[in-house]
Amino acid sequence: MGPVMSSIEPRLTCKPADYKSDINPIWCPGCGDYHVLMSFTRAFAQLGLAPEKTVVVSGIGCSSRIPAYINCYGFHGVHGRALALATGLKLTRPDLTVVVASGDGDGYSIGGNHFLHACRRNIDMTYVVMDNRVYGMTKGQPSPTTEPDFDTALSPGGTGLSPFHPLVIALASGANFVARTFSGRPNETADVLVEAIRHPGFSFVEVLSPCVTFRPDERAWKQQVHPAPVAATNDPAKAARRIMTDDGFNIGILYRGERRPYRPKIGGSSVELASLEQEFEL
Amino acid sequence: MTQVPAGPSIASVADLLAVAYRIEADAVQRYTLLADQMQAHNNAELMHIFRDLARAEGLHAEEICRLSGDPALLERAQSLTDWPEGESPEEADLGATHYLMTPWHALQLSLQCEKRALEFFSSVVETTRDPKVKEMAAEFVEEEAEHVNLVYRLLRKYPRPTGSWPDDSDTARAQD
Repeated sequence: MGPVMSSIEPRLTCKPADYKSDINPIWCPGCGDYHVLMSFTRAFAQLGLAPEKTVVVSGIGCSSRIPAYINCYGFHGVHGRALALATGLKLTRPDLTVVVASGDGDGYSIGGNHFLHACRRNIDMTYVVMDNRVYGMTKGQPSPTTEPDFDTALSPGGTGLSPFHPLVIALASGANFVARTFSGRPNETADVLVEAIRHPGFSFVEVLSPCVTFRPDERAWKQQVHPAPVAATNDPAKAARRIMTDDGFNIGILYRGERRPYRPKIGGSSVELASLEQEFEL
Repeated sequence: MTQVPAGPSIASVADLLAVAYRIEADAVQRYTLLADQMQAHNNAELMHIFRDLARAEGLHAEEICRLSGDPALLERAQSLTDWPEGESPEEADLGATHYLMTPWHALQLSLQCEKRALEFFSSVVETTRDPKVKEMAAEFVEEEAEHVNLVYRLLRKYPRPTGSWPDDSDTARAQD
């Protein structure tokens, strides 16, 4: 089966600045999320997305503030539940472009179960996780992607726990597009976001986005990231093997799947909504 | 050694002025963003420094606008997108800031910006075949060199801070 085409219809000739809202971000100076915001607006401008047909959904955390800063519809939702909200939205309004923003705590811990099933369902939306390997908003607790020896006053001696491997888990769960980018390369990230949004099905983009306040060591990521040495594959097993054996700093599109996105049958039910309403009337 | 930024191709004096205007206008936006960040994090000293830098770059942008006299300058400048990673030479590095940074750090950022602009215009002087572009670019080189010197002079007022500058006396000590 060949890949199905995305249904996005470019409409506008917009500049990135047109997608910036009037609200000033309150992230810490130096936070990678400023660059991610830049990448969002550049990607939306490249795609010419109509703001009234575009929704950014988020959960809770520093990165989840992003809908407020973008000029389109937004939903700053419940902790870890951004994907659940976005799933309902996309299924009822398939005409909308739905982008979900999260962080490593919100997305992989509190919302970990939704992550698995969003990948499995393969609904046509894009999931962007700004991974800084720490809970920044609550002042620096270890997250599911934190290294085991992250030694601070909040985790003396480190947690000793192996970090979660989101890209491999996404592949194993059925995500149809998997990429890793670095926030400090906003044009590259924007290009990946464009591809992710265009690609049918569930696209997962992990953005390495340093938290310079609670993880000053992450400033070094700028020197550590490098392009993936081979082009993206459409074989999930091959992609997983490559990711498992890389150094965690390969950036680029790593997997482009060809699964058909899930679309529910609308109007296939014999139950009328009115009769359901009657059933629940008090 | 600051990396010389590649940039938009310059075929005429009008192009050069549009590029110069864009460089200054981008700097205004970036310094304003940094000032807003510092304001949000109660670093008033840095907020004032970044606002002053934004104001200074804004004056340069106005000067270029006057010099050009071209009604299409703003439009032409807006269409320039060929900077590496979308950042023009005088856009301070967003990832290099910190809420406890000091004036020395701000001036270091500014110094990098001015040096990148200087090297950009120098590369135009060296590569253009148009004598008018060369002459105008050489003027920008002189101007940027003055800015570099100015930042060095300002840095004499602000010594390098000790290594403890990022230490926060009110860090989190317990899990909430």
